[in-house]
Amino acid sequence: MSDANEPTGAAGPDAGTTGAGTAGGPATPTGAAGSAGAEAPLGAGAPSGAATAPDPAGAPDQAAAAPGRRVRVVLVDDHRMFRTGVQAEIGQTERTGVEVVGEAADVDQAVTVITATRPEVVLLDVHLPGGGGVEVLRRCSPLMADAEQPVRFLALSVSDAAEDVIGVIRGGARGYVTKTITGTDLVDSVFRVQDGDAVFSPRLAGFVLDAFASTDAPPVDEDLDRLTQREREVLRLIARGYAYKEIAKQLFISVKTVESHVSAVLRKLQLSNRHELTRWATARRLV
Amino acid sequence: MPEAATLTVEDPRPPRKLYRSSDGRWLGGVARGLAGHLGLPVIWVRLVFVGLMMADGLGALLYAAFWFFVPLGIGGVDAERPPALATETAPDGRRRLVARKPDKGQIVALLAMVVVAMIFVGNVDLSGGAKAYLWPTVLVGAGVALVWRQADNARRARWMEVGRRKRTITLLRSAAGVLLVATGVSAIFVLQGSAAHLGSVLQAALAVLVGIALLAGPYLVRMTQDLSEERLMRIRAQERAEVAAHVHDSVLHTLTLIQRNAENANEVRRLARAQERDLRNWLYKPEGTGKDEDDEPGTLAEAVKRNAAEVEDKHGVPIEVVVVGDCPLDDRIGAQMQAAREAMVNAAKYGGEGGAVQVFAEVEGRTVFVSVRDRGPGFDLDSIPGDRMGVRESIIGRMERNGGTARLRAVPDGGTEVELEMERAET
Repeated sequence: MSDANEPTGAAGPDAGTTGAGTAGGPATPTGAAGSAGAEAPLGAGAPSGAATAPDPAGAPDQAAAAPGRRVRVVLVDDHRMFRTGVQAEIGQTERTGVEVVGEAADVDQAVTVITATRPEVVLLDVHLPGGGGVEVLRRCSPLMADAEQPVRFLALSVSDAAEDVIGVIRGGARGYVTKTITGTDLVDSVFRVQDGDAVFSPRLAGFVLDAFASTDAPPVDEDLDRLTQREREVLRLIARGYAYKEIAKQLFISVKTVESHVSAVLRKLQLSNRHELTRWATARRLV
Repeated sequence: MPEAATLTVEDPRPPRKLYRSSDGRWLGGVARGLAGHLGLPVIWVRLVFVGLMMADGLGALLYAAFWFFVPLGIGGVDAERPPALATETAPDGRRRLVARKPDKGQIVALLAMVVVAMIFVGNVDLSGGAKAYLWPTVLVGAGVALVWRQADNARRARWMEVGRRKRTITLLRSAAGVLLVATGVSAIFVLQGSAAHLGSVLQAALAVLVGIALLAGPYLVRMTQDLSEERLMRIRAQERAEVAAHVHDSVLHTLTLIQRNAENANEVRRLARAQERDLRNWLYKPEGTGKDEDDEPGTLAEAVKRNAAEVEDKHGVPIEVVVVGDCPLDDRIGAQMQAAREAMVNAAKYGGEGGAVQVFAEVEGRTVFVSVRDRGPGFDLDSIPGDRMGVRESIIGRMERNGGTARLRAVPDGGTEVELEMERAET
C-alpha cells in the first residue's frame, strides 16, 4: 500500500478537512460526515448509536444534521417488518430530513408508487417478488434518465451473492448497502445518492475489485474495462472499512476527489461490456 | 411387467426383484442380473445362454426378451468384485465413471458365443435362400443391441448422477446402431425382391417415417422438454429440502436460545451472528466448498473467514470480512493467518466498543495482504509495558520470522489498523 502519492484531482493536497468542493455547495453533508458514506454495517462508520449524539471520533457534525435538507424517499421491500423498522429509524422528517412518501412490497406496486410519487431516492430491496430489484430498475429506467428530476436508487440487501449485488448496480442503482447498516449511516447514504454520488459498502468494493481483477482477457473497451491505479486504491480502502473522509486523508486528496473516483468506478461497473463481470466476482480467483 | 420381473427364489427373505445388472455387464447385463438373482456364477448363466443359441437361436431370443423387459438396476453384484461403478472425482469436483476392464467371464462368454455362432451357421441346415439372410439378420441384431446398450448407458448415467460422457460418443454409437439396422433391413429387402424394388420401398418407408415424425414429433419434443423441466424442478426441490432440513433445526435452536437469553444482550448478539453466518454459508457458498464448519480450511478466503468467525463467537464483537482473490494455504500464509487471528482478537478485545472490526484480505500475484482495523480508542505500541509480548511476539515477531512484514498504526480518526504482508512460498 503506498500512500502519499502525488495528489490527484482538482483539490490538491488539502488534508481533507472539509472537502468543500464547489459543486455541492455548503449544504452538502458529504465530506462533513463523521460517519462513513460507504459504510460498513453495524456502524463501522460513526460509533455513535443515536443520530443526535455528538460524534466522539472527532467529526464536528452529524451526517443528517444539515439543516433544512430534505429528501423524498420510497421504500421498496417485501418484508413489512423491515419497512416498519426503516421508517422508524430514518422517517422522522424533522430530525433526519428524510420524508418517506411511499412504500411498496413487490415489483408492480413499486413501479406504480415510484411513478406516482416521483421520489428523489428509492431504497430498493434486491430480492422482491415479481422479478427482483433488477426488474424495478428496468421498468423505471426512463425515470432514472429524467433530466429534470431523476429518481435515484440505493440497493439494500441481506444478500452476499455477487450476482445480486453487481446485478442491481449494473441495473442502475447508485449504491449498495447491507441491511445491518445503522440509521445514521443510512440517512447519510440516502443524501449521498440524492447528490448523485455513489455509495459503496466494503463488500461491494471487494466484489468490484474481484470483478475488475487483472485477467488474461483483453479489455473490450480500454476506458471502461480497467480500473485506474487510483480507483483501485480508493476501492481497497473502502473495502478496508475506511470512510470517504479517511480515504481522502490517507491519499492526500479531497473528499470530492474520492467521490469522483467512486462515481467513475460505478460508471465503469454499469457500462463495461465485460459480461463476465459477475462470473469473475463470483468465482474466487485462485492465484 | 412380465413374470420375469417377479421371479422369486425360495428364500425366507422378502422377494427380490429381478434386475439387469448395470455392473460388469457385457451386453445388457441380463446374465449377470439373472446370476445374481439365482445365486449362480455368472459364467454358468452365460454358457447356458450360449448353449441355448444352438436351439435355433433360442438363446438370443431369450436374451433379447430379458433385455427388453427386465429393468436395469443394481443386481448381481458379487461381494468380492470391485464395484464397477468406480467413480473418481475429477479435479473440477465432478464425479466421473471410470471404465473397468472386462472380466474373464465376459471374455470367455464372448469367445464361446463366437464359436457357437460359427458352429450354428455351419451346422444348421439352412436352405440356400435362408443362408443369405443370415448376415443381414446378424447386422440388424448388432445394431439393435448397440442402440439398446446406449439407452441403458444414458439411463444409468442419469441415476448415477455422474458427469455424462461426451454427447458426441453417445450420438455416434446410436447412429452406428441405426446404420447397422438400416443396412441389415435394406439387405434383406434387396435379397427378397430385387434391387429395383428397393428404391420404391425406401421411398415409401421414408414417407411413412416423415409422416410419423410430423405427427408425433411435436408431442415427443414437448414430452422431453416437460421431462427435463420436471427433473430440474425435482433437483431444485431436493436442494431446498436439504437446506431447509439443515437450517430449520439450527434456526429454531437459536431462536429458543435467544428467548432464553433475552436479558443478555451480548449473548443474543453472538447467537444471532453465529446463526447468520451459518445460514449465509448455506445460501451463498458454491457447492462443495466447506459447507460444514468442521472441514479444515484449504484456501486463504476460507481461513480468514473461519478465524473471523471463531474470534467473533468468542468475543462477541462483529467482524466484517472482505476477501479479494484467493490462493491455497502454505506455511507462510498459515503463519500470516495466525498473526491475523491474533490481530482480530486484539481488535475485538480492545477496540470492540467502536463497532464492527473490518478485516480485508487480498491476494495480488505472489503477495498476500491482510488488514485488520478497529474503531476503538487506539493504542500506542511504545506505551505497552515491555513484559506484554502479545502484539510484539505473536503478530510482529511471527510475521518477521516467516519473512513477512507487520505494521501497526493508529488511524487518524480513531482506531488501530494492523497491516500484514507476506510473500507466498515458491511452489
